[in-house]
Amino acid sequence: MSNTSRLRAVTDRLFSGSATVFVLLALIVVALTVLNPSFLSPGPLMLFVKKAAPLILLAIGQYFVIVSGEFDLSVGSLVGAQVVIAALLIDGVESATWPVMLVMFAGGAIVGVVNGLATTILKVPSIITTLGTMLVLYGAIRWLTGGAPTGALSEQFRQLGRHGIDNVPLIGQVPWALIIVIVAGVAAVFLMRSAWGRTLITIGDNERAATFAGARVWQVKTTAFVLSSLMATAAGILIGGYAGVTAQVGQGLEFTAITAVVLGGVVLGGGRGWVVAAMAGALTVETLFRLFNQLSLPSTIRPTAQGLIIIAAVAYAAVDRARRQRTPRHSDVATS
Amino acid sequence: MRFTKTGLAGLAIAGLVLTGCTTDAPTDDAETGEEQTGGDQEWFVQEDFDREMAQRDIEPEGDAEQPWLQAIEPDWVDTSEFATEGGDATVCFSNASVSNPWRVTGFITMEQQVEALQESGDIGEFRVSDAADDDNKQISDIQAFVDSGDCDAIIISPSTTATLTPAVEAACDSGAPVIVFDRGVNTDCAVTFIHPIGGYAYGAEGAEFLVDNLEPGSKVLALRILPGVDVLENRWAAAQQIFADSDLEILGDEFTEGDGAKIKDVVTQYLERGDVDGIWMDAGDGAVAALEAFEDMGVDYPVMVGEDELSFMRKWQETGLTAIAPVYSNFQWRTPVLAAVDILNGEQVPAEWVLPQEPITDADLDDFLERNADMPSLHYAKFGGEDLPNFPEAWQDR
Repeated sequence: MSNTSRLRAVTDRLFSGSATVFVLLALIVVALTVLNPSFLSPGPLMLFVKKAAPLILLAIGQYFVIVSGEFDLSVGSLVGAQVVIAALLIDGVESATWPVMLVMFAGGAIVGVVNGLATTILKVPSIITTLGTMLVLYGAIRWLTGGAPTGALSEQFRQLGRHGIDNVPLIGQVPWALIIVIVAGVAAVFLMRSAWGRTLITIGDNERAATFAGARVWQVKTTAFVLSSLMATAAGILIGGYAGVTAQVGQGLEFTAITAVVLGGVVLGGGRGWVVAAMAGALTVETLFRLFNQLSLPSTIRPTAQGLIIIAAVAYAAVDRARRQRTPRHSDVATS
Repeated sequence: MRFTKTGLAGLAIAGLVLTGCTTDAPTDDAETGEEQTGGDQEWFVQEDFDREMAQRDIEPEGDAEQPWLQAIEPDWVDTSEFATEGGDATVCFSNASVSNPWRVTGFITMEQQVEALQESGDIGEFRVSDAADDDNKQISDIQAFVDSGDCDAIIISPSTTATLTPAVEAACDSGAPVIVFDRGVNTDCAVTFIHPIGGYAYGAEGAEFLVDNLEPGSKVLALRILPGVDVLENRWAAAQQIFADSDLEILGDEFTEGDGAKIKDVVTQYLERGDVDGIWMDAGDGAVAALEAFEDMGVDYPVMVGEDELSFMRKWQETGLTAIAPVYSNFQWRTPVLAAVDILNGEQVPAEWVLPQEPITDADLDDFLERNADMPSLHYAKFGGEDLPNFPEAWQDR
């Protein structure tokens, strides 16, 4: 009996909402490798990591917010704002790099606090709050720069997104971006296992019950928004490092990040989802873009193909969840 | 439920497979290239192409020190009916947007030109409305100018061609002289239409440079911003014409939205698959990101088509690239205001005011960089405002 239930627990994981993304990711990676056998060799793989790292960070941040039942639409604008302001403040001066990064994180935290408090204390729906901050940041940047960013990032600033530890045996270069993503990912997993993480999921599942149980909803949710903004700041530092400043930095990233999280089986409305699957969702989105490129798919049809795949994958997970809910089990809540 | 699940899985796989089926393996690059040439014909008008190619070789009339007042083969029209006395005329300007660095640079130049003319007492009030790339907003902006009845001249930089045509006609009907610049409309009711030679000439300039500077059989990657924008499509259509008659192999054309991260990623991917010997871009403000992809892969720089945007030109000078900077003359933003003054004085202006459009080459790179030494990145070297009163501060603080 216990053997069958254990087996069941394993299959549950494999076929649960989060598992879909790993299957999809594996399929895409196989397809990519068939088309371009060098994809999995260290060099190209590390270059891919540099490109994908910012979205993974954004997905981690977005996960905290979504699993608590909210949205954060401000991250794309925040990334843009951070990069543009960094260029303005640093203006090519190497010694300004670290102080400016501190300022960026402080600024990010403030945006997170505003998002969080407006949502929890003022009871403005987060989709409106963060849409508001998105527009405020977007407008502020336009006003500040007059439409064209000025200044320049320092070489040191660009290190994190562009370079890494050189001359590592077998691999060649280990990008800083990879190390940052792994640290952030591990930290996120531990955070979700802590009391705070469990409360966060409980709030997302049933806010009223969590309140009655004594959870300080406003504190926990505001922390989630702050984490999201801090992740966006880190993503901004990597993106700025990777490709420098352009006027379009960050545009539309909020939706790519939400797509990644949802693709990872995290349920909009909160209460369910695994942060590792959200990260895998981000990787899946990036590999999908890569696959489209590899296939020389006309860029006019790419959004359509992308949309079909996302709807199918999320629907697959949802249908599966509906089926399993007919036979209720106590283990239905969090998968982490 | 089982059935639905399988169905959805099928759909997901079908989606993946479909994406695979729409094009063949990327080995047949030459073939895909040709297909696309066929598909883009809607953006190619042979007559316009031929005219623009010819205009490049025509010596423009006027002082070469003031290219914004030069004109190629002007057909002068009489404007005495619009002549006014006094010099306190109200000039109204309906702008499509300042949504990219090129337009930002141009608009600053225009504002400075206006200030100079206000100080000299040639015009009075200058009213501006910005449509933020929204056709409907611009139509109502123009209507508001007409309804106010205060505008002694109306300058319009249309956001799109067909949609704005009726609004421009309405402005003409108001009796005030209308000046259209940058992008055209399907009516010639405006007193003058001001623009540089055009998108075909721009696109061809870079393509010809690649053909001249690369060995036959070399591989070229085309980077484009967006599909469906006429000015950009014309550039690409012209480049395709030039490439079709050459022995270059076009690896592909990719849309990047001008986003540095996307540009760098796309170029990196092409480099993983094989050599890239040349890069053609329909607008150059992400050119540095493309070059960095080569640096990070540790391969030689390509022959590069950029633009007269400063971060690219500085990189060009630093690295000694083989490159060219096609120019979409930014100084054209001065001309409409000066034309308004001419018209209000009853002086002749060209019906179609075609401004010169010359690329920056290795020969004049250093000269233009020196002239713009204090200017920030994303500034355009041929902005033509060096003689205006607030140079250089106005262009430095944006």
